[in-house]
Amino acid sequence: MPLIELAGIARHFQLGDTTVKALAGLDLRIDAGEYVAVMGPSGSGKSTLLNLLGLLDRPNEGTYRLAGTDVTTLSAEEQARVRSERIGFVFQSFHLVPRLTAAENIALPMTLAGIPAKERATRVAAALAGFGLENRAGHRPDQLSGGQRQRVAIARATIMRPALILADEPTGNLDRHTGEEVMHLLEDLNRQGVTLVVVTHDQTLGARAHRQLLMEDGRIERDSADLAYG
Amino acid sequence: MRFADTLRFARDAAAGYPLRTTLSVLAMSIGVAAVVVLTALGDGARRYVVGQFSSLGANLVIVLPGRSGTGGFNPANAITTTPRDLTVDDAAAVRRAPAVGRVGPLAVGTSEIAFGGRLREVIVAGTNHDYFAIRGLELAQGTPLPDEDWNRASPVIVIGAKVREEVFGAAPAIGQLVRVGDRRLRVIGVMKSTGQGLGMNTDEIVIVPVALAQAMFNSNTLFRILIEAKSREAIPDAKAQALEIVKQRHRGEEDVTVITQDAVLATFDRLLGALTMGVAGIAAISLAVAGILVMNVMLVAVTQRTAEIGLLKALGASGGAIRLAFLAEAAMLSAVGALVGYLLGQAGAFALRQVFPVFPAYAPDWAVIAALTTALGTGLLFGVMPARRAARLDPVQALMKH
Repeated sequence: MPLIELAGIARHFQLGDTTVKALAGLDLRIDAGEYVAVMGPSGSGKSTLLNLLGLLDRPNEGTYRLAGTDVTTLSAEEQARVRSERIGFVFQSFHLVPRLTAAENIALPMTLAGIPAKERATRVAAALAGFGLENRAGHRPDQLSGGQRQRVAIARATIMRPALILADEPTGNLDRHTGEEVMHLLEDLNRQGVTLVVVTHDQTLGARAHRQLLMEDGRIERDSADLAYG
Repeated sequence: MRFADTLRFARDAAAGYPLRTTLSVLAMSIGVAAVVVLTALGDGARRYVVGQFSSLGANLVIVLPGRSGTGGFNPANAITTTPRDLTVDDAAAVRRAPAVGRVGPLAVGTSEIAFGGRLREVIVAGTNHDYFAIRGLELAQGTPLPDEDWNRASPVIVIGAKVREEVFGAAPAIGQLVRVGDRRLRVIGVMKSTGQGLGMNTDEIVIVPVALAQAMFNSNTLFRILIEAKSREAIPDAKAQALEIVKQRHRGEEDVTVITQDAVLATFDRLLGALTMGVAGIAAISLAVAGILVMNVMLVAVTQRTAEIGLLKALGASGGAIRLAFLAEAAMLSAVGALVGYLLGQAGAFALRQVFPVFPAYAPDWAVIAALTTALGTGLLFGVMPARRAARLDPVQALMKH
């Protein structure tokens, strides 16, 4: 069953007099539980694609169906609901709130969704244990190492149990070893059934995914799924 | 987002930038404190003056000899003679007017008081029993003048507190015979010390029956007739009736002036009330300035936290939740500022009262309520724009800014 269906997606930006086409005529289908790497040179449109998939941006043309429902026509508030319930983000620079502790950062999506404090506490405790952060619950981001920060970010991305995790260069700010650890965590989540989309320009990282999309000039130049099937 | 969570989020956000938060709270609190202290000063001045006037006596109407004419030269005045004197009989006649309650005739002169070899000059007020009630004079010891026929010159005297102190020292005064001028009078009362005031200082005067004073000064004129109207509403009637009676007794000549304390008091009350309002208005400007400062601070906060706002949106926060969080933060800054300012202002007013005990520097309730609501109102009003800006931020742009 397809989780994501993009049909005829186009996204262009106005830069002065010129129109920059970030995405043009893009069709894509990602099934539930897939592990997809989006690769390509910078400016190829992979970040724009990720923002569209995460409902942070709207296409100028085309439709985006998420789990069967058309989400392009939803209002901003409805899109916020969808993001809250179905999508988790992992960013290259972690994007933790500096004044909040690790536990509070992890709880943030639940706080925003209005989940009662009691339930938040139990779920955060479970997440801290699951990501090996029990001793770091009360630490602020600046008291954590890079790997720990990204683990907090992943815990936060998964705390609402989303069907889709979007990771934008998740190892970009980490050394090789901790990057490896973080990828293991993400791949574990994928094995549990979460659909994982990773944007990267690291070839070796992309090669770990089950499916690779190579983007160029706002189009999908190569899809490893097409090669496999035919 | 739950309301309690919104509040906590806003509080943590405010606490996360202590300098910025402290400065805006300080600005707001100075504004509120300024309103509280300045209105306390203004209203204190009003209350002080009103209090001083009231100490002259309630519902007071005063008859003075001579007209207060400002009409320039009038041939009729030139032909008719100089104004007639006010007499005790005039005062007695005025007492029969329906709107008039008590009447106190007042004759004034200076003389010497002597006892046991000590001598000092005093102002002698000749009046009657009712005068004490009209002026609200309180006695420290003894009794006021006896309630008797105004033409009877009983040889008794009531002395002021300072006179008692200087003439008798520590010795008892009541029952002693003193010499005033060439008369020997028995001390029947000592007045309470009143200190300096707008009215006549009663500490340094002595009071004797009006007939006695007129005999001592060999005159039958009065300095004033003090009239107490039956009620506050009866003051205009009392004034008109007193004027009419005296005019008739003076053969139709309007040769006295009748003034009411109420009119003077009302004028001062209005004047100082307006002053307080004006001062409050000036102070309110500082509140508006503080409100704009809160707006500035919140706008800076939106810019500073652009990445965070983008993140919150990515994590599923609706525009409404973000707007509410920023609005709550602005409200919190101004609420804390208002509270601190209120306490500062009350402390300032308290300090004023400590330094100037006679000055009732209490901020009026309306000013305190207005200051607090204006502070909260401006904080919220000026918080709306930054909050809307935060809510409208494009999450993609916001996230890229890091």
